[in-house]
Amino acid sequence: MSSQAPKASAVTPRIELRGITKIYPAVVANKDVSLTALPGEIHAVLGENGAGKSTLMKIIYGVVKPDAGEVLWEGKRVTVTNPAHARDLGIGMVFQHFSLFDTLTVVENVALALPGKPELGELGRRITEVSERYGLPVDPRRLVHSLSVGERQRVEIIRCLLVNPKLLIMDEPTSVLTPQAVRKLFETLRQLSAEGCTILYISHKLDEIQELCNNATVLRGGEVTGHCDPRQETPKSMARMMIGKDLPHPQHGAPKTGEPRLVLAGLNRESPDPFGMDLKDMHLTVHSGEIVGIAGVSGNGQQELLVSISGEEPISEKHPVIICGAEAGRMNPAARRELGLCFVPEERLGRGAVPRMSLSDNALLTAHRGGFVKSGLIKFSEIAAFATSCIKDFNVKCGGAQSEAKSLSGGNLQKFIVGREIMQKPKVLVVAQPTWGVDVGAAAFIRQKIIDLRNEGVAILVLSEELDELFEVSDRLAVIAKGRLSPTKPIKETNVEEIGVWMSGMWPDGGDATHFAPSTAQGG
Amino acid sequence: MRLKLESRAEPSRLMGYLSPLFAAVLTVIAGFILFSALGKNPLQAFYTFFIYPVRDLNGFAELLLKASPLMLIAVGLACGYRANVWNIGAEGQLVLGAIFAGGVALYFHGSESSLILPLMVVAGAIGGILWAAIPALLRTRFNANEILVSLMLVYVANFLLSWLVHEPWRDPEGFNFPQSKQFTEAALYPPLIPGTRLNVGFLISLAVVGAGYVFLNRSFLGFQMRVAGLADAAARYAGFNANRMIWLGLLLGGAAAGIAGMGEVAGPIGQLLPSVSPGYGFAAIIVAFVGRLHPFGILLASLLMSLLYLGGEAAQMGLQLPSAMTGLFQGMLLFFLLGSDVFINYRVKVVHPPKAPAQLAEAAA
Repeated sequence: MSSQAPKASAVTPRIELRGITKIYPAVVANKDVSLTALPGEIHAVLGENGAGKSTLMKIIYGVVKPDAGEVLWEGKRVTVTNPAHARDLGIGMVFQHFSLFDTLTVVENVALALPGKPELGELGRRITEVSERYGLPVDPRRLVHSLSVGERQRVEIIRCLLVNPKLLIMDEPTSVLTPQAVRKLFETLRQLSAEGCTILYISHKLDEIQELCNNATVLRGGEVTGHCDPRQETPKSMARMMIGKDLPHPQHGAPKTGEPRLVLAGLNRESPDPFGMDLKDMHLTVHSGEIVGIAGVSGNGQQELLVSISGEEPISEKHPVIICGAEAGRMNPAARRELGLCFVPEERLGRGAVPRMSLSDNALLTAHRGGFVKSGLIKFSEIAAFATSCIKDFNVKCGGAQSEAKSLSGGNLQKFIVGREIMQKPKVLVVAQPTWGVDVGAAAFIRQKIIDLRNEGVAILVLSEELDELFEVSDRLAVIAKGRLSPTKPIKETNVEEIGVWMSGMWPDGGDATHFAPSTAQGG
Repeated sequence: MRLKLESRAEPSRLMGYLSPLFAAVLTVIAGFILFSALGKNPLQAFYTFFIYPVRDLNGFAELLLKASPLMLIAVGLACGYRANVWNIGAEGQLVLGAIFAGGVALYFHGSESSLILPLMVVAGAIGGILWAAIPALLRTRFNANEILVSLMLVYVANFLLSWLVHEPWRDPEGFNFPQSKQFTEAALYPPLIPGTRLNVGFLISLAVVGAGYVFLNRSFLGFQMRVAGLADAAARYAGFNANRMIWLGLLLGGAAAGIAGMGEVAGPIGQLLPSVSPGYGFAAIIVAFVGRLHPFGILLASLLMSLLYLGGEAAQMGLQLPSAMTGLFQGMLLFFLLGSDVFINYRVKVVHPPKAPAQLAEAAA
């Protein structure tokens, strides 16, 4: 590791990009982008979805080749041919979309990214050691497919930290961590920075960037629109640089609640997966005209709760899930949708949308009840018109209703899916991770749409791992921990600290839940 | 300068249509090289293989006659394949269709009722459906792999047919040959073109192709099957019934194969024999994929496959080439088609060398 401290301009930059341009068939991802980062610098790369941040990082990591421009590594021109070459140079990357093999264990996945043939037992011990040191608990022997999104991200981070990188690229690393774990990660990153490691940090969480980074490059539409020192800026001023205008803040009036629309009456569910979470005696009521948020670290039963509510995996009894007055526990998703339930799942590609189908076909996927099927035949022009108005109303950037779902960026696809569900005029809307990996502009837009829907009298349940988001949209808040659900609390009567404590399973009348405290919380 | 494959933003429709043409041209070129290497006059060989079989009306009728069961079965199979339901046992379902239809023909032997033929079509479909229902039941109940079950049932079906024509249904006046009585006229498809073997069964196949198009590309049920095939988590999320997709996928294939089996015994064969199909049930799997699981593509692919069968026979007789020639051409066609299909989702891009490559190389070194 370099011993030179990040001094003034006399220091050779760790990495320098000059005039990088990358053109894709449909879009200019990067246009004449330049960026310089010194050893030990924590450099933020800011921009909306589709601004070209991820492409730029992939160029540095050797995944994508630029059409023009050059990369200088420690003062020398290099052509990074592939990720293995990048790792040889000392570049590590944590991807926004995970690059893990589902059928392999954590330690096997890590071994694949390391040179040579590491001994797995020894490697497992090193993983445990690194994960404890950086507050990222994960069992090296577990299979990746049984891990939650948050746990998978921990594996990605650990995998990079194992090789002591000189440059660490982090693409939205904190989106699924608890506040305590984020603080712990920041300590780690600052420590790495003090040791001389340069960090390129992509995030849409402007307050995090302000707290952590000492330099920032702002991208908009693939071009650099400005540089700043985040410590001298406010989140508001940075958002303005990023989206070119002031950030709309969601409007949130007092709730006008009506009858109960979604009720969990003692929901119990044993998980068939040995690494899954059993749900224990969950009680919850969501009324018309209110938003109830559920906070919690991923892997505490969120997936199991969601499939129990959506009907993707019905439970064995009728009464524990009541949708609009009907006992729906054993109903399939189609029957529950008939009752007025709409659902936005956490995974967008492959669950919320079919990757290889057009947006029009993907609209049909759940919106077919709206009169788009007659005598068993599809009304193609009508469903295309529905998709087109969804694209327009929800500001989805895409090539049109016939574009394949997989050609959209994560944020734009999320806007489309949320739009599709909202346009079906649901009575109950369940949303998982509404703005995961979505930029601030789109996130604010999606949250506002959810709040508008609540003002129209819809009962809304939001599961999110981002506390800020839950505090922004919810009227009441509950916490899920180790398969148990806390009582709800009105948002005005609680705060981040209290919810943070509850997230470790310690809420009043939580009984023995304290014994199940996740180790993440102990780290903070 | 070098060439590079670059993924398209959207699949190219134009290439979807051009790709089979590319494949045909490439197959012809490769065939030229192959014939020359075998010491045959390539032009003459080509004439024998591709023109001679369809040189007159009779040849053309034979082409359509052989294409008829291929397209019929392939459309049925495509319904299942789109939903990732892999029915490999159409040959067995075809045999059961022939048995059921043949049973009707023999039961009403001598009757001249015009209802016999429609009854045979229905019976053939039921036979195929019942045989396909076995893998469907085992798959949905016990999660037994439908590929293995449907394939193994082909052999059971063949033994069943063999027993029937050796024992209970053997023609008493047939000199002890294992065959049933010849069907009477009322149990045979009327000819479509006088003087040829082409019969109205071809019209039924065409109608099924049309119905298959509507079902697969226009109906909501067909859409659900495509979703189930492309992303099962999305199908579950949307609430599509996975078991219904499996049943439908297998039974549609079984019905089509059963009708095709009926068409063989009520058409060119005219009775039950120990073998009623030269492997149409298996060849239709290739036809389905060459036609890209699209009914119109399947229509064209079945004609091509039928021509390869006829050409192979002609090449054996006219050129003294081995019968493996047919399989070779089928293989080449599939190979070039799959290769050309790459350009539906990708396009070739010319990459110019980056500026000052020498300097870059030095710096990298």
